[in-house]
Amino acid sequence: MSIAWYLAVSAIVFSLGAVGVITRRNPLVLLLCLELMLNGANLALIAFSRMWGNGDGQILALVVMTVAACEVCIGLGMIVALYRSRLPIDVDELRELQG
Amino acid sequence: MSTTTYAWLVLLFPLLGTLVLALGFRRMPGRLAGWIGTGAILLSFVAAIATLISLQGHAAAHRQLVSSLWSYASTAGVDGEVSILVDPLSVFMMLVVTGVSSTIHLYSIAYMDKDRGFVRFFAYLNFFVFSMLLLVLAGNFLLLIVGWAFVGAASYLLISFWYRRTTATRAGIKAFVINVVGDVGLVLGTYFIFKHTGTLDFLKTFHATEAGVFGPNSNEADLVAGCVLLLVGAFAKSAQIPLHTWLPDAMEGPTPVSALIHAATMVTAGVYLIARMHPLFERAPAAQDVGAVIGAATLLLAGTIALVQTDIKRVIAYSTMSQIGYMIMGVSVGAYAAGLFHLMTHAFFKALLFMAAGSIIGAMAGEQSLEKMGGFRKAMPFTYGCFIIGGLALSGVPPFSGFFSKDEILLVTGERGGWHWALYAIGYLGAFLTAIYTFRMIFRAFHGKPVPEARELEGGHVHHAEVPRNPATGEEEDTDVGFPGPTHAIAERAMPMRVAMIVLAVGATVAGLIQIPKVDFVIDDFLRPSFASSPLYEPHTKNGLLVFGLVLGTLLALAGIAIAYRIWVARPGLAPALQARMPALYSLLAHKWYFDELIDALVVRPAASAGRFARYTFERRVIDEGLVGGTTGLVRAGSAAVRAAQSGFVRYYAALLVLGVTGVGFYFLLQS
Repeated sequence: MSIAWYLAVSAIVFSLGAVGVITRRNPLVLLLCLELMLNGANLALIAFSRMWGNGDGQILALVVMTVAACEVCIGLGMIVALYRSRLPIDVDELRELQG
Repeated sequence: MSTTTYAWLVLLFPLLGTLVLALGFRRMPGRLAGWIGTGAILLSFVAAIATLISLQGHAAAHRQLVSSLWSYASTAGVDGEVSILVDPLSVFMMLVVTGVSSTIHLYSIAYMDKDRGFVRFFAYLNFFVFSMLLLVLAGNFLLLIVGWAFVGAASYLLISFWYRRTTATRAGIKAFVINVVGDVGLVLGTYFIFKHTGTLDFLKTFHATEAGVFGPNSNEADLVAGCVLLLVGAFAKSAQIPLHTWLPDAMEGPTPVSALIHAATMVTAGVYLIARMHPLFERAPAAQDVGAVIGAATLLLAGTIALVQTDIKRVIAYSTMSQIGYMIMGVSVGAYAAGLFHLMTHAFFKALLFMAAGSIIGAMAGEQSLEKMGGFRKAMPFTYGCFIIGGLALSGVPPFSGFFSKDEILLVTGERGGWHWALYAIGYLGAFLTAIYTFRMIFRAFHGKPVPEARELEGGHVHHAEVPRNPATGEEEDTDVGFPGPTHAIAERAMPMRVAMIVLAVGATVAGLIQIPKVDFVIDDFLRPSFASSPLYEPHTKNGLLVFGLVLGTLLALAGIAIAYRIWVARPGLAPALQARMPALYSLLAHKWYFDELIDALVVRPAASAGRFARYTFERRVIDEGLVGGTTGLVRAGSAAVRAAQSGFVRYYAALLVLGVTGVGFYFLLQS
């Protein structure tokens, strides 16, 4: 199978994730969409790894997974903190950085 | 002690007096301050006499002594020293200033007795005398300018001495502003001279001028410019046209101030300046001519204005202007000794006249209008006598002092020939007017039917107004600090005033005798070392002109007195009739030739409207709204644009990021 198919699937998954990040307001869904983007990238990495026939891409994919796990930990922690301080679970409400 | 040490002492005593009075003014009991002030000036006068004696001990060729205390500013090309020049001219001025000031201080002790600002008054007076002495003793332009400005400041302080009288403060401001115009002229003139001579010292400047640093010819452009600017300074101080309007207004000050500043000393500074700078002026005959013409114009104009004024002090003020006009004309045509001689005699009789006027004003409880005076002859015989002596000296009736000095100025003017004959004629016309207005004042104040105040005084009681009022506006005043004191003094009752007036009356009578043409030449001989280099300084020779002048002067003075007698005593209705017959002339003179209005229209209003434009239009529109507002507006608009990008939505940032990355990706794709 040509590598283009893998890349196409990877791009579709990444784009779906990106659209989700941009459009959704629930932080949980946001985190899921972020995972989707990361996994899209992982798919591309592994596809390239297979194309070249070495393990470099796979190692990088493992690093990405680790980062994703950390990120989810922090993200879920923040969501719990928000919930505990009775703030709305909505990212659009969190706009203290507005100029 | 050396001559210059004495001269430094002359400066020291008034300065010490000022400091003692100014620092201790809250603790001074009673009249002590007056005696301290008077004592300081008297000591200064004694030191001036010592300087004179010591100076006469030098050979005639070595009577120009310079003494420097320390170097004030010495950088490349500038030699600013605190130095005095002691020569016959400065010693002469020193003697006149300290001598007349001593009597005026003495007079003030009684005159200002009940005023709440007594100590302050004497502190100012001493400061004024110190400034004037600094002016006449200065040995370089730097110190001259300092003294010049100090005199202006002291004059402001004294004119607006009754600082809660708005008319007085306004007059003070006017005097100060016009004097500053003169200061600017003096400084600029100094610059023109310094530019060529490279030195501030007087003697070095004169030597350099004689050596020809301005160029080989007379009337070199820069020298004429410098001299004319010096004349501006002299005109402002000496109240010459067109910078004269402050002098009559300055009569708002207490009467001793009018006597001291506006008759005897300050206004003669211009005369002194021209005499001091004679080596420069003689190389710039054009500037001399300007001085002579302005002097002549002033003496005539002031004489005509004095004919119709009704405020007794203003009449004397205009006569001062007129007499200073003679002096300015004299020293401008080379009659240095005569001009300075007139300066001295004028100091005596004018101070005397002011003191006598102060005595009448005391009797009238502060009222100064001649309209309300009359018949004081019996009530105040002493004041009347002093007024007559002063009036005769002012009119130039022999053998009183003014006769000799005024005629000598006109004699030297006439001897210059050519167009100077016009000045000569104006001078005698002025003398005629002088006699008329002087005796108009005397006849109106002392002759005729006694007014109620005079009757009261004849009964032995000095009149006191029930409510003190400002004589200029009729406004009610209290007698607290900042206004005239509650009671008034008259010479008949107060010993210090009497003594001071007797001394000056003697001076006004006999001072002329020290220089009688063809008999003695005290002033001529004494001043000669100061004017050694002047070709114009020589005793006159034409007997015919001399005799003609003396006879003409006498006749004109007597005729003037006779006319005044006829108009104001013999036929009392004549003055209003004349006034009604020539309304245009009368209103011209009563409005002082419209000089105030002219200056108001030409200078004050344009300056005020320029100021208003700057304040309300330029400042608000251009500075505040344009420059300051423009800068802040620019920054604000820029930051508003940038701030709009910061919405705070996370997804907005994410979208931007995605877009950006996509854009970069496309860019590289299209490039490859």
